[in-house]
Amino acid sequence: MLNKAPLCITIMLLLIPVTATSQEQARDNYETYCIQCHGIQGNGMGVNIRDMSVQPRDHTDAKAMSGRSDDELFKVIKEGGLSINKSVLMPPWGSTFTDNEIHDLVKYLRKLCKCKHGD
Amino acid sequence: MRYPHMIIALCALFIVSMSSAKIASAADGTEILKQRCASCHALKGPAAKTLAQLWQRKGPDLFYAGNKYNKTWVEAWLQNPKRIRPAGMFYRQHIKPGPKHDIVDKSTLKPHIILTKTEAKAVANALMKLKANSELTAKEKLVPGPSPIGEMMFDKIYGCMACHQIEPGYGGMSGPEVFTAAKRLQPAFMLSYIKNPQAWDPKIWMPNKHAPVDNIQQLVNYLIELSKEDFSDVK
Ligand code: HEC
Ligand code: HEC
Ligand code: HEC
Repeated sequence: MLNKAPLCITIMLLLIPVTATSQEQARDNYETYCIQCHGIQGNGMGVNIRDMSVQPRDHTDAKAMSGRSDDELFKVIKEGGLSINKSVLMPPWGSTFTDNEIHDLVKYLRKLCKCKHGD
Repeated sequence: MRYPHMIIALCALFIVSMSSAKIASAADGTEILKQRCASCHALKGPAAKTLAQLWQRKGPDLFYAGNKYNKTWVEAWLQNPKRIRPAGMFYRQHIKPGPKHDIVDKSTLKPHIILTKTEAKAVANALMKLKANSELTAKEKLVPGPSPIGEMMFDKIYGCMACHQIEPGYGGMSGPEVFTAAKRLQPAFMLSYIKNPQAWDPKIWMPNKHAPVDNIQQLVNYLIELSKEDFSDVK
């Protein structure tokens, strides 16, 4: 009995992070919600773009992406293109994600562009 | 054998119950749903709550069918199903990089099961009884009327066209075509879904664009006008 206790505790600890949060991984969110316009490769070449009047941003474009601060990226994801005077075709995702998920998406975008603000 | 008559009686009972089960499976829509549809369609809620569940979904949720579809459309479509979602259920599983941009890989899209007239009728009746989310549709009422700038709202002001085709071959691919939406869908469902897609399907990749209720009325009146147009020559 006694020597099984540590095992039980370990298993319980392992289960906590899985059950305590419904937070999704940034990559999974990106590949569910963003690639329809921004493309499988994040290069702006999504399956929806043919008849769109404004083309989605190429997220692998370090020059363009480094022009935006993390706060601006957070804002455009949460509130949509109009919030930073860009196209309405970039939707607001505030009803889809938690703020934490949006922060993770900003970090994920920094990985895609391999860039920081002001590079 | 002390009770041969009993064995015969039991056999007779068995045969009778088997054949009545057979009749029921042709006529009883609920049975058809359970046996031939439940492998792809959820007949019970709730909708997908995680991405993992969303990705596994093989067909649209049907547990609120009675609050979503027009019955005459369901009955006709099940006998002659035509594609509604140009990139399938979950677009990511049906796209690949193309020469200019990502394209739909049509070889991954399968045709829908076809029902006979009798089956379709029975199933449509059974589907209209599945009424989850009545509290959402009860809040909505369409005021029918002209929609002078509905199309402009759909295409430009809200950018809905980015994901939805407004005529065959024109518009986005990741959402259902909308030039047939009003044939398929009840007005209250459309009003409610546009107001808050996540209330119906928390993980769906349609964003809430926060359109004011008056504009949602215009959008739905536009979809109703659009569905009256004849696109047979376009396709
Ligand atoms: C319906 C199509 C669509 C979807 C879906 C979409 N975007 Fe966009 N996005 C656009 C368009 C179009 C632009 C370009 C706007 C402009 O240049 O005016 C854009 C621009 C952006 C920009 C650059 C803003 C700037 O000017 O610096 C970021 C960052 C961005 N999107 C992130 C995302 C993320 C993250 C997702 C997924 C959660 C997403 N987008 C989903 C269409 C879309
Ligand atoms: C192999 C999986 C599969 C099976 C089995 C299946 N369906 Fe479907 N069903 C789908 C898919 C995928 C779609 C979406 C089609 C489209 O968008 O073009 C669909 C669409 C529908 C629709 C339209 C729903 C909407 O919101 O657009 C109805 C109604 C429907 N199915 C009813 C049924 C019935 C009734 C049965 C059983 C007799 C059945 N299906 C069996 C996969 C399936
Ligand atoms: C980023 C893509 C996207 C945008 C932008 C978008 N939708 Fe959708 N829409 C979807 C998806 C995905 C669904 C649900 C698909 C399903 O049920 O399988 C949907 C469903 C719908 C439905 C129900 C259709 C049906 O056949 O079940 C209507 C009506 C609708 N959208 C209208 C709109 C309107 C109006 C706007 C603009 C305010 C809009 N959509 C913007 C992706 C989008």
